[in-house]
Amino acid sequence: MPLRERRPALVLVALAIVALIAAAAFMTLGAKGSWAFILEYRGTKLLGLCLVAYSIAVSTVLFQTVTGNRILTPSIMGFDALFVLVRTVIVFFFGFGALVAVPVKAQFGVEVVVMTGFAALLFHWLFLRGHRSLHLMVLVGIVFGVLFRNLSGFMQRMMDPVAFQNLQDTLFASFNRIDPTLLGVSFALVLTASLLMWRIAHSFDVLMLGRERAISLGVPYRRRVAMILGIIAVLVAVSTALVGPVTFFGLLVVSLAHVLCGDGRHRFILPASVLLGIICLVGGQTVLERVFAFDTALSIIIEFLGGLIFIFLLIRGAAR
Amino acid sequence: MIVIENLTKRHGSTPCVDGVNLTIAAGGVTSIIGPNGAGKSSLLSLIARLMDKDSGRVQVDGLDIDTTRSEVLARRLSILRQDNHISSRLTVRDLVGFGRYPWSQGRLTAQDRAKVEEAIGFLHLEDLADRFLDELSGGQRQRAHISMVLCQDTDYVMLDEPLNNLDMKHARNMMRLIRRAADELGKTVVLVLHDINFASWYSDHIVAMKAGRIVHAAPVAEIMQPDVLSSIYDMEIEVQEMDGKRIGLFYA
Repeated sequence: MPLRERRPALVLVALAIVALIAAAAFMTLGAKGSWAFILEYRGTKLLGLCLVAYSIAVSTVLFQTVTGNRILTPSIMGFDALFVLVRTVIVFFFGFGALVAVPVKAQFGVEVVVMTGFAALLFHWLFLRGHRSLHLMVLVGIVFGVLFRNLSGFMQRMMDPVAFQNLQDTLFASFNRIDPTLLGVSFALVLTASLLMWRIAHSFDVLMLGRERAISLGVPYRRRVAMILGIIAVLVAVSTALVGPVTFFGLLVVSLAHVLCGDGRHRFILPASVLLGIICLVGGQTVLERVFAFDTALSIIIEFLGGLIFIFLLIRGAAR
Repeated sequence: MIVIENLTKRHGSTPCVDGVNLTIAAGGVTSIIGPNGAGKSSLLSLIARLMDKDSGRVQVDGLDIDTTRSEVLARRLSILRQDNHISSRLTVRDLVGFGRYPWSQGRLTAQDRAKVEEAIGFLHLEDLADRFLDELSGGQRQRAHISMVLCQDTDYVMLDEPLNNLDMKHARNMMRLIRRAADELGKTVVLVLHDINFASWYSDHIVAMKAGRIVHAAPVAEIMQPDVLSSIYDMEIEVQEMDGKRIGLFYA
C-alpha cells in the first residue's frame, strides 16, 4: 500500500500507544500507600478525563462536519456562556450557599437539561423550521452567547463580593474537580449518544461534501443533521457540566488530528481526535500534577494552545 | 420518465418556478435554456429535491419525490450543481468513490471499486486519480465531479450549467462526453445551458423557460427558429443551418 493509505492507520496506532503510556503514568507515578485506594481513586479520575476528552473531541468533529467549517467548535454556540449564566442565576437569587447546598447530581441534571434544551430549541427553531441556514444558526448562537455573558456580567456586578469571588472560582474549567458520583450518569448519556452516532456514522463523510451533494447521494439531510446536532448537544452539555466551559480544546485536538492524519475521513479523524484529547488531558494532568506539582492550571494551558491554533487557522484562512 | 405537475416555488411573493407542467422522456439529452432568472436552475433543484417546493408533484419513473426514501431516489437520479467547493481534502478517486454511497453505504465492495475505475476511465482521469482536488485545474476538477455523478450510476443525471468557467475546448469536450453518456451508457441527461448553440448541437430536446414558466418544450429543430428564439430572449436571433445543425447568430 502507498504511504498515503498507511499513514493514518500508523498515526492511530502511535497515538493509542502514547495514550496508554499517559494513562499508565497517570495511574502509577508518585504513588504512595495503599494500591487498592490509589487505583480506585485515580481510576475514577482517569475515567472522567477520558469521558470529557471523548465528548469534546467527538462533538467538535461532528460540529465541523455539519457546518462544513474547520474553525468552528460547538462552544461558539453560547454553551459556555449559558453554563456561566445558569450558575450566576443560582448564586444571584439563592446565594452562594445554594450552589453548595444543592446536591451535585441535581445541579448536574439541571445544567445538562438546560444546555441540551437550549441547543435543541436553537437548532429546531433555526434549522428545522424551513430556514435551514446553518450559518444563520451559528450567528444567532454567537449573539445568544453575548447576551448570556452580559446578563451574567450584570448580575455578577450586583452580587455580594464574597459570593462573586466564590462563584468566579467555580466558573473556570477544571479537569481536577470532576465529581466521581456524576460519572455513572455521564457515562450512560455519552454511551447513548455514541450508540446513536454509530448507527449513522457511515453518512458523516458524505455530509462533509456539503448539503447538496449529500442529498444527491441519498442522505436524508435534514433528519440526519438534526440527529447529529442532538448528539452534539448532549455531549457538550455533559462535558461542560462536568469540568466547566472549555472553548478551544476541541479545536486544538481536531486540528492536530487533521495535521497528523492528513486524511479527513471520519474513520481516522474521530479516533485520532479522541486519542489526542486523552493524551492532552491525561498526559497534561500527569505532567502538571506529578512533575510540576501544579494544580488546576491545565485548562489554562490547553486553552492558550487552542487559542493559538485558532488564530493560526484564522490567519491561514485569510491568506488563502 | 420525469413527470412534473403544477410545480411552484416562491421566493417571498415572486414565484421563481410558476406552475410548471413538463414531461421529460427517458433517454437522450434535454437542455433547459432561457434568460437569467428564468428559473432554470431552480427547476432542476426542485426535481432533484435540493429545494423544497411550495406545491405540485414530481415523479421520477413513477416514484414521487416526496414519498420516496432519499436513498432510493439516489439510485435513480443524481444532480451536480455549479458550486464545486469541498471543505475537506480528497483525491479524485476518493471523490468518485463517494458516487457509490447510495449503493454501498460507504463500504466499497470489489464491484464498487470496479465501477469507480470505470467512471475514472470514462473521463480519462486515470493519470489524475491519486491527485488531490485542490491540485487540479478548474476543468479537471469539473471532470472529477462529473465522474462521481456517473459513478453513482443513476438513470437520470441532472447537470446545472456544466460549462461554467470552461474554455471552448473543455466546454466542447464536456458536451461530447455528455452525449457519450447518453448514447453509450443510456443515461437520461438533463442540463441547464446558457449557450443555445451548444444546446442545439448536442441535445435531443430543448426546454425553454421564461419568468418561471415553460414557454417551449420540443425537439431541437422546432426551438431553433428565429421567431421562437427571439421571443424567448427578447432579442433578434438569426438561425443558420450548417451540416444539418442549427446555429443561432446574435452577435450583430
